[in-house]
Amino acid sequence: MTIPDYTTLTATALAAKIDSGSVSPTEAVDASIARSKAVVAGSEGLNIMLWTDNDLARRDAAALADGMKRAGKGGRLAGVPLAVKDNIATLGLPTTCASKILAGYVSPYEATAITRLREEGAIVIGKTNMDEFAMGSSTENSSYGPTRNPLDVRLVPGGSSGGSAAAVAAGIVPVALGSETGGSVRQPAAFCGVVGVKPTYGRVSRFGLVAFASSLDQIGSFGRNVDDAALVTEIMAGVDPKDSTSSSARVGSYRDQYLSLASSPMPLDGVTIGVPKEYFPENLDPGIRSLCERSVDVLKSLGAKVVDVELPHTSLAIPVYYIVAPAEASSNLARFDGVRYGMRAAASSLREMYAETRSIGFGPEVTRRILLGTYVLSAGYYDAYYKKAQSVRELITRDFRNVFGGGVDALFTPTTPTTAFAIGAIADPYEMYLSDIFTATANLAGVPAMSLPIGRVGGLPVGGQIIAKHFDEATMFRVAYALESALGGEAHQ
Amino acid sequence: MTGKYEMVVGLEVHVQLKTRSKAFCGCSTSFGDTPNINTCPICLALPGALPVLNEKAVELATRAALALGCNLHPVSIFARKNYFYPDLPKGYQISQFDQPLATKGSVKIDVGDGERSIGVTRVHMEEDAGKSLHDRYPGATAIDLNRAGVPLIEIVSEPDMRSSKEAGAYLRTLRQILQYLGVSDVSMEEGSLRVDANVSARPVGQKELGTKTEVKNMNSFSGVERALEYEFTRQSGMLDRGEKISQQTLLWDANKGEARVSRTKEGSHDYRYFPEPDLLPLILHPEWLNAIKASVPELPADRKTRFKDEYKLGPEDIDKLTATPAIADYFESTARDSQNPKAAANWVMGEGQAALNISRKSFDEFPVRPADLAQLIKLIGDGLLSHAAGKQVFAMMVETGKPAAQIAHDSGLLQVGDDSALDGWIDEVLMEHPDEGKRYFAGEKKLQGVLVGFVMKKSSGKADPKKVNQLLASRAGAG
Amino acid sequence: MAVTQDDVRHVAELARLAVDENRLDHLVAELNGILQHMDVLSQADTSTVDSLMNVPVDSTPLRSDSSGPLLMATPRESFAPSMKDGLFIVPRLASHEDASDSAP
Repeated sequence: MTIPDYTTLTATALAAKIDSGSVSPTEAVDASIARSKAVVAGSEGLNIMLWTDNDLARRDAAALADGMKRAGKGGRLAGVPLAVKDNIATLGLPTTCASKILAGYVSPYEATAITRLREEGAIVIGKTNMDEFAMGSSTENSSYGPTRNPLDVRLVPGGSSGGSAAAVAAGIVPVALGSETGGSVRQPAAFCGVVGVKPTYGRVSRFGLVAFASSLDQIGSFGRNVDDAALVTEIMAGVDPKDSTSSSARVGSYRDQYLSLASSPMPLDGVTIGVPKEYFPENLDPGIRSLCERSVDVLKSLGAKVVDVELPHTSLAIPVYYIVAPAEASSNLARFDGVRYGMRAAASSLREMYAETRSIGFGPEVTRRILLGTYVLSAGYYDAYYKKAQSVRELITRDFRNVFGGGVDALFTPTTPTTAFAIGAIADPYEMYLSDIFTATANLAGVPAMSLPIGRVGGLPVGGQIIAKHFDEATMFRVAYALESALGGEAHQ
Repeated sequence: MTGKYEMVVGLEVHVQLKTRSKAFCGCSTSFGDTPNINTCPICLALPGALPVLNEKAVELATRAALALGCNLHPVSIFARKNYFYPDLPKGYQISQFDQPLATKGSVKIDVGDGERSIGVTRVHMEEDAGKSLHDRYPGATAIDLNRAGVPLIEIVSEPDMRSSKEAGAYLRTLRQILQYLGVSDVSMEEGSLRVDANVSARPVGQKELGTKTEVKNMNSFSGVERALEYEFTRQSGMLDRGEKISQQTLLWDANKGEARVSRTKEGSHDYRYFPEPDLLPLILHPEWLNAIKASVPELPADRKTRFKDEYKLGPEDIDKLTATPAIADYFESTARDSQNPKAAANWVMGEGQAALNISRKSFDEFPVRPADLAQLIKLIGDGLLSHAAGKQVFAMMVETGKPAAQIAHDSGLLQVGDDSALDGWIDEVLMEHPDEGKRYFAGEKKLQGVLVGFVMKKSSGKADPKKVNQLLASRAGAG
Repeated sequence: MAVTQDDVRHVAELARLAVDENRLDHLVAELNGILQHMDVLSQADTSTVDSLMNVPVDSTPLRSDSSGPLLMATPRESFAPSMKDGLFIVPRLASHEDASDSAP
């Protein structure tokens, strides 16, 4: 039996069918495998999946079916195929960060987030392509070639979690995991027309997420709708004794809150939404601007009070981000030395082994950021760059604190300044860095943020971003769910 | 030559903390296990693994810092010290940099010319590296990461020491304090205590410090003293010749008795310290700190004072009996149980120490428990054992671990103090030696010792000589 | 502040990256191109920040000493490039003296 509507079925709907027994986990896995083959077999090849093991996925599905028989029920993601970005440690499949330096590496332990999703019945069907070590905004910096945007194969899917965004957009999986450091979930979500969530820093355990910039990294989720992305977030969230930076703040049920308001005509009654003018610069694409304005009107119609706010240090976010993130990366990537795991270049001396392994193993963008990060931490430059950047980061955080402290519950902005661009179109590193201009602020401040489709410009998806207070994912999802519901089909037109 | 110059020494001491598991993961810290058996994703620095701080390590580090009289900082920050080395899995060491656990302590030393205070600049927490084995396989270095991540404290002194002797005294005092605290095994042989020395020479009377060099690789305290003398002599010679001393690192070669300049390029160290983003700041709450303060045991200096007051012992005995917490505890238990501190001190320092020297063990693993030694002391004090027989019994106690009374009884060494038995032996002796008997009772008192000797011989040493003397004297008095 | 060829050589050495001398000029230009955008930070007034930065609220969580090791699904040999008798093997260090690098 096949699942006729598999590519449009939400995770919650699929899990419900599997839980009721009308669809088996194996059928769901087979549907995902079939869809994956279909999109890969296309003339252009989307290059979404890096590592799959169909037999392993089927074994997992069979084991889940057995477990469900015994328990009489499945989990909240019973039998739901899940695609995982290649920088999140999984048992049984390689974890390479799309880098040559980790070619063939299979982690002997698993990320906490994966374990929690498996406990709810999710089945990992493969590891997705990404910018090497999550450094990039287009998934062009993969050692295994770029991923193409399922909506237009000439375009990038965004990055660095481009493979996961594309996997959802192409209908291979209803939900997928990505990771965020400066916008790596939200930006590809916007480019591929799906929902992407970056939780509050500390909300989801980083244990098993290969570190890029530890003070910014956070695992995030992709879904075809807000509800699926919220469900995955809710399952992953919560303190983990293996991650010292994970928060013990209580995780409420995000879904209960917005679902209880679903039938209300004014589900955002009492919610104040700020629109920061810094996110609407003069040169913003007029199509994106008008879609945002439409969304703001919709938010008002749903009962939200909309106010203009200021986040005056926004323009400093990219310079700060491109000091802090490379600095931490230069240290985090020192462990890739060819001694204990991963690739090792042939060499006659230890010095040569280090230098050759790392020069052959890392691609150009990773090398560039390691050099940059090493430079800003080195003697004589630390104060001027790293320390100064951390101070300005605090100013950016205060911008948010001031706005949220002034009675604003959430912010609404565009996710990106442009729609998806063509593969190979951006050659200058700094120009590429500017793709994160509206997203990096949330990582620097640690606040939760998400992107959801709000319409199309020139046939390409545009993402609207909702940013909330620390650990207030509930309000973020409430606003997103209401907006999504009100926009309906217009979100994809 | 060296009379013209003064030695200035500062010491950096790394101490492994005695925890069961490593600083940032649950792996065992045990020494000498199969290579790499005590490693996990965290201490192997596998991709995605994260550190979580060991509570016990914080407690031991805090206890040490408190005992050194330091200010404990309510907030300290872990930092990454970045450098590449194959036994440093992450490519950085988690350490503390500009906000360490504690600062401004001191250690009091005495090298015979009165007490001096050596400043402790800082105490910070960090993790150990693994071990590189260079001689195991030709052309290769082998890496064992069992030690990687073992918790350390680094104790940095002020440049307050003025001789190798003072440096030695500082190290011995510091080791003794740490031993008393029970925070470390403090064994230089096993590497649980390691010393790097910063040394410079300056003309006597000059205030500014000279250019210092760092001497590493010493594996004993006497090695540290020898290395300091060597380096001070070398620097003095250079100053005499008007040569400029360059800041460099030297490696001490104990076999050759010389220090060689390390080939490590100066300036090649740029550790790029920055706050460790995988850990939050360490906050010490006042209540917790007070609890740790309360758990700090009596330190060597206090114990010495108390031994003097309580047991009326001389300074040399006190030094010996407080050398380690094990001997001090052993002595105290023995003294209390026997109610005879003087005898307890003599037995512990004499027979006890001698037996341990042979078995190369410490007092806390001595087969003769303090209660048993106290019993032996009582048997002797009560006249039930001669001192000579007591030594025999003690030797058997060491061998068998049995109680003193049992051994004394079984081996027939108990003295006979029963009057009728003694009178019987005296009668026999007087019959066998009528001449000596007559002369003694006639007033030749010096013969009493001879008669006692005969009685002892007849009794095969079991007679209590004190009682025999008393009985003879009373017969003479009555006659 | 402009990055020089020597800076790039120094930083590459610190990061154990082999940099092709022919590519030095290109890298210098690229890094300067990026860093010029960072200069704007020097104008930001952070005087109100520095004094307040180090007031943390939560302490780093502590783990019990007896928590036990994290188990691995596959042996070390399954991912190590070179192992012998349970030891990781690397090319020999140029000299024993390099060992001084390892002392923390």
